[in-house]
Amino acid sequence: MSVKQFRPGFDRGFHNLTFGLSMFVLLLLVAILAFLVMGSLPVLKSQGLSFFISSDWNPVTDVYGALPAIIQTLITAIIALVIGVPVSFGIAVFLTELAPVWVARPVGVAIEMLAAIPSIIYGMWGLFVFAPTFGTVIQRWTMANLAPIPVIGPVFASPPMGIGILTAGIILAIMIVPFITAMMRDVFTTVPAVLKESAYGLGCTRWEVVHRIVLPYCRAGTVGAVMLGLGRALGETMAVTFVIGNSHRLSASIMGPGATISSSIANEFVEADSKLHSSALVTLGLTLFVITFIVLAVARLFLLRLKKQSGH
Amino acid sequence: MSVQTPVKPTTERQVSSPYQRRMYLRRRIISTFHMAMSHVVTFLGVAVLAWILWSLFGQGFSALSIKLFTEMTPPPGSDGGLLNAIFGSLMMVGIATVLGIPIGLLVGTYLAEYGRYAKISAVVRFINDILLSAPSILIGLFVYELVVVPMGHFSGYAGAIALAVIALPVVVRTSEDMLLLVPDTLREAAAALGIPRWRVILQVSYRSAGPGLMTGALLAVARISGETAPLLFTSLNNQFWSTNMNQPMANLPVVIFNFAMSPYDDWRSLAWAGALLITLAVLGLTIAARTLLAAKSRMKG
Repeated sequence: MSVKQFRPGFDRGFHNLTFGLSMFVLLLLVAILAFLVMGSLPVLKSQGLSFFISSDWNPVTDVYGALPAIIQTLITAIIALVIGVPVSFGIAVFLTELAPVWVARPVGVAIEMLAAIPSIIYGMWGLFVFAPTFGTVIQRWTMANLAPIPVIGPVFASPPMGIGILTAGIILAIMIVPFITAMMRDVFTTVPAVLKESAYGLGCTRWEVVHRIVLPYCRAGTVGAVMLGLGRALGETMAVTFVIGNSHRLSASIMGPGATISSSIANEFVEADSKLHSSALVTLGLTLFVITFIVLAVARLFLLRLKKQSGH
Repeated sequence: MSVQTPVKPTTERQVSSPYQRRMYLRRRIISTFHMAMSHVVTFLGVAVLAWILWSLFGQGFSALSIKLFTEMTPPPGSDGGLLNAIFGSLMMVGIATVLGIPIGLLVGTYLAEYGRYAKISAVVRFINDILLSAPSILIGLFVYELVVVPMGHFSGYAGAIALAVIALPVVVRTSEDMLLLVPDTLREAAAALGIPRWRVILQVSYRSAGPGLMTGALLAVARISGETAPLLFTSLNNQFWSTNMNQPMANLPVVIFNFAMSPYDDWRSLAWAGALLITLAVLGLTIAARTLLAAKSRMKG
């Protein structure tokens, strides 16, 4: 390359182009936030903060209360984590500590594949295959055996339709398991073999090695993975919309139908005729944005710490 | 669970003290229990996932026919296929790819090359990671306000833009990671020859990271081809054949959603067929991406 061909102008241009587009990424997030805030102004002006604490959602009278959707979003996500995290942890332990390579490899690949399957597939399966089974087998049983118990009974009381908040939580759990497992497995493999071998050398059992060596070593990464899973569960739309039943009502029962933030938006946004209705849905979206932003930011901070730790 | 007494190295004599033997037995039982649970949940997980695939393939294959690719989405009660939806999906994913991947690649280039140590890059990385996992329905709302409201109607372009916004952070992330894998000695060797930075990037970094960059692009396409939520109120749906991107456009995910939620059996079976098509496409792309990456690492190894 001769010196003549060196054109600093072009280099600066390319540099600025890549830099400008990077700023575009920042702008994108700011723009998303700005549009959501702008869209939610009408309903916030007309109803103020009562939007967030009222539980009355009625498009006919143009009154909107977001409390049921917000609470049920949190409940479905929590159900998903309560079921999904122990299962993911167990599978990750199986893949990294127990399984021989010829099992771990294909199971690992299968899990990565399943993490790639679009959520609408999980939703459809939930509606057509899981919900009927769940309604006839599990819900019958809970109706007969748990619902009559005095204090916790109402939590399980509902007609055995199969669809509802608990079903949505279970489908979400099934959906986030491959996702969390893949991340946990990657984190667990970063534990130096020497650490584990020394523990085994001292006479530790498998569980002691996992509990006392692997987990403490991977604390940041594990928490990060769980938080990313939570972020996914909170914002997931299609898997939930199919099976939650879409009813804006606060009820004590987790078996009954409900509505999450994302399922309300998916179900009602196109049909929202009044300005206030669509603004209320955008405000729900803004709420979801704020919640997931916090969760994802915490997740990233934990994962960042992991990166620094492994950088040493 | 905690082991109160420090356990001495296990020579025969020490373990045989009754207290220690009980202790050791307890620890082994706890361990065996947890490891058994680990096997059980793995089995459960794999079984549920197999159940999902089983029903998807069972229902999907029985609904597969050549008509899917030759006829339009039907009104309820009559025969039809998914041609307009398949075409719409291909168009939208195509345009989103053309929009999202070059921008993503260039941002990744900034993060890995020019701005690797810049303070602003840390911010961009953080924001990009947030975008990467932001709920896709919010992207739909955003594009609705940004494109659909000013235009006054739903359109295929709006859907494509929403998908591009979703693909962008995926490409940024993977292309930065892949470019960082290129050894700096290569860049330095090129720079020592007097080659300007942009040519080093184009001819050294891009070329040696090529398969990795392709992998990122394929993963991004896989990600957006199944996205449903952002299309619900950007491209909407269209029952008829339409090549006009400026109009509402049929696409597979939304057709699947509408048909699956309908009470008509023939619509539902079309939905299963569509779901199978999408899954096969996404799995195919993911496998292609993995194979590319594996081929690359073999080359290196």
